[in-house]
Amino acid sequence: MIAETLQELVAPISDGASIALPPTRSGPAIAATRALIEQGAKELHLIAIPTSGLQADLLIGAGRVATMESAGVTLDEFGQAPRFVEAVKQGAIALKDTTCPALVSALQAGEKGIPFIPMRGLIGSDLLKHRPEYQVIDNPMADGGDPIVVLPAIVPDFALIHVPLADRHGNVWIGKARELMTMAHAAKRTLVTAEEIIEDDLMADALRSPATIPAHYVTAIAKAERGCWPIGLAGCYDIDADAVAAYARMARTAEGFDEFLKEGPAPARPVAAE
Amino acid sequence: MDYSSEELLICVIARLLDGVEHIAVGVSSPIPGSAALLQQALSDGATRVTVLNSRHLQALNDGVSELFDMAAQGRIGAFFLSGGQIDGAGNINLVGVGDYPQMKVRWSGSFGSALLYYLVPKVILFRDEHTRRTMVEKVDFISAPGTSEEGVHRPGGPHALVTNLCVFSFDRQKARFTLETIHPGHTLEEVLDNTGFDFDRPETVPQTPVPEPERLALLRGPLARHVADPYPKFAARVWGV
Repeated sequence: MIAETLQELVAPISDGASIALPPTRSGPAIAATRALIEQGAKELHLIAIPTSGLQADLLIGAGRVATMESAGVTLDEFGQAPRFVEAVKQGAIALKDTTCPALVSALQAGEKGIPFIPMRGLIGSDLLKHRPEYQVIDNPMADGGDPIVVLPAIVPDFALIHVPLADRHGNVWIGKARELMTMAHAAKRTLVTAEEIIEDDLMADALRSPATIPAHYVTAIAKAERGCWPIGLAGCYDIDADAVAAYARMARTAEGFDEFLKEGPAPARPVAAE
Repeated sequence: MDYSSEELLICVIARLLDGVEHIAVGVSSPIPGSAALLQQALSDGATRVTVLNSRHLQALNDGVSELFDMAAQGRIGAFFLSGGQIDGAGNINLVGVGDYPQMKVRWSGSFGSALLYYLVPKVILFRDEHTRRTMVEKVDFISAPGTSEEGVHRPGGPHALVTNLCVFSFDRQKARFTLETIHPGHTLEEVLDNTGFDFDRPETVPQTPVPEPERLALLRGPLARHVADPYPKFAARVWGV
C-alpha cells in the first residue's frame, strides 16, 4: 500500500509497540521518526539492528521510549548520543545492553520462525549477567561440555526503514543494506519511506530484484525525499555534518533538544554551524 | 629521520600484523587502518584488508551479520578493539564508569566485542590515551573478557596492547600483560605512573623500534592517498593529502 503522507504511514504504531531500527549507515527513516513523535505513540520498545544513533536519540529525547535493546548508540564522529546517555544515567529508559551479533542472530531466528538461536562468545561478559533471558547450554551436538549461549528469537512488531527506491507494487530496493531484508522478514509489519517510488516492477528486473524486499513483506510505503536528513543515504546524499553537529550541541540539554525538534524537518535549508 | 607519533604507532601495529591473511578494521580507526594498509602493501597484496563501512575497501555485501559470520568461521585473522577502560587481565569495558546500569559515565555500548574478542585469533588492543583512567586494575563492566574458562570455545583473544607510551604483549595462560617496548621519548617510570594494573617486564625494557625509512617513504608516498580513501581527515592532517 502506498501511504499518501508520513502521518498515514506511522499511524498503525501504537503505545508499547516494538520497533526495529537499522544502523545509521543503512538509512534511518528520520522524517518518519519525526512523524512518529508527532503522532504521539509512547512506551515504545526500540530494537537497534544492531546499533542506532540520531534516530533512537530523537525518540528517547521526545520521551517516547520505555525500553531499548542495543549494542551501541552513538552519533559517531559527532560524539555521544546526548539524550540516550542522559536517559540511561537517569534511569528514564530500561536499556538492554547486548552485542551486535546477538541482535542480528536473534533477528535471524525470528526470520526463520524458530524459538532461539545459539551464538559463540558472550560467556564471561557482564552483558550475559544482565540478560537473564540469554541462557547457556551445553552444545547438544558435542560429547558433553562446550557451553554455548542461546538467544530468544526477536520478532519486532514493526520494522521502520528508509530506502532509495520502491515501486508502485510495494517492492522495496535496499542495495547492499542486507540487514533491512532480515528486518522485513522478521517483523510483523514493515513500514518504509523511499526517496522515489517508480512505476516499474523492481521484482521483474533481474539486476535489481536480488536486492529488493518483495511486496508481501511490506505493509506500507510513503515517499520521503531526503528522508534520512540530516543523516546521509548511501549512493544518494551525504550526511549534513553541520546539522548533525548542531544537534549534538543543542541536544545536550532538554531545552536545546526541544528547540531542534521544533525547527521541523527542513532538509532543503542547511542548518548553519555556530 | 623525523617521524610523527602517528607514523610510529602505524609502524608498531604493522609489525604485529606480519603474516595475517585477512585484517578487518573499523572506519573510525585510522591508525590501525593505516597499519593494516601498510602491512598489505608490504605483503605484495597477499594480505586482504577490510575497512568496515568504507566505500571502496569493504568487499562485504551481506549486511551487518557478515563480519561476525566470517569471524566465527575463522575467516578474519586480526581485528582491533579498544576500551574506555582496559584492565590487567585483558578485560575491556565499552559501557561506562560506575555501577551498572545507571552509571556515572555512560559510553555507547559493547558493539561486536562480545563475539569478536573470542573468535578473532589476533586481537590488537589500541588506545592512544595511556592513563590511570583508561588502564585500570579492574574494569567496571566487562564488555568482553580477556580470557575464558577452560572448555569455553575461544580460538581468539588479545594479542597485544598498543598505547601512546608503549607496547604490551598478552599471555593468555597467565592472563597478564608483559611490557615489551617503550616508545622513544618515554620512560618506564612514566609507564608505571600511568598504568593502574600490574604487569610483567624484563629487567631492561627495550625501546620501541623507530619507523623503518622505507616504510615511512611508503606511507608518505603511495599509501597516503590510499589511506585517504577511508580516512580522509586523518590523511589530510598527518600527510597533507
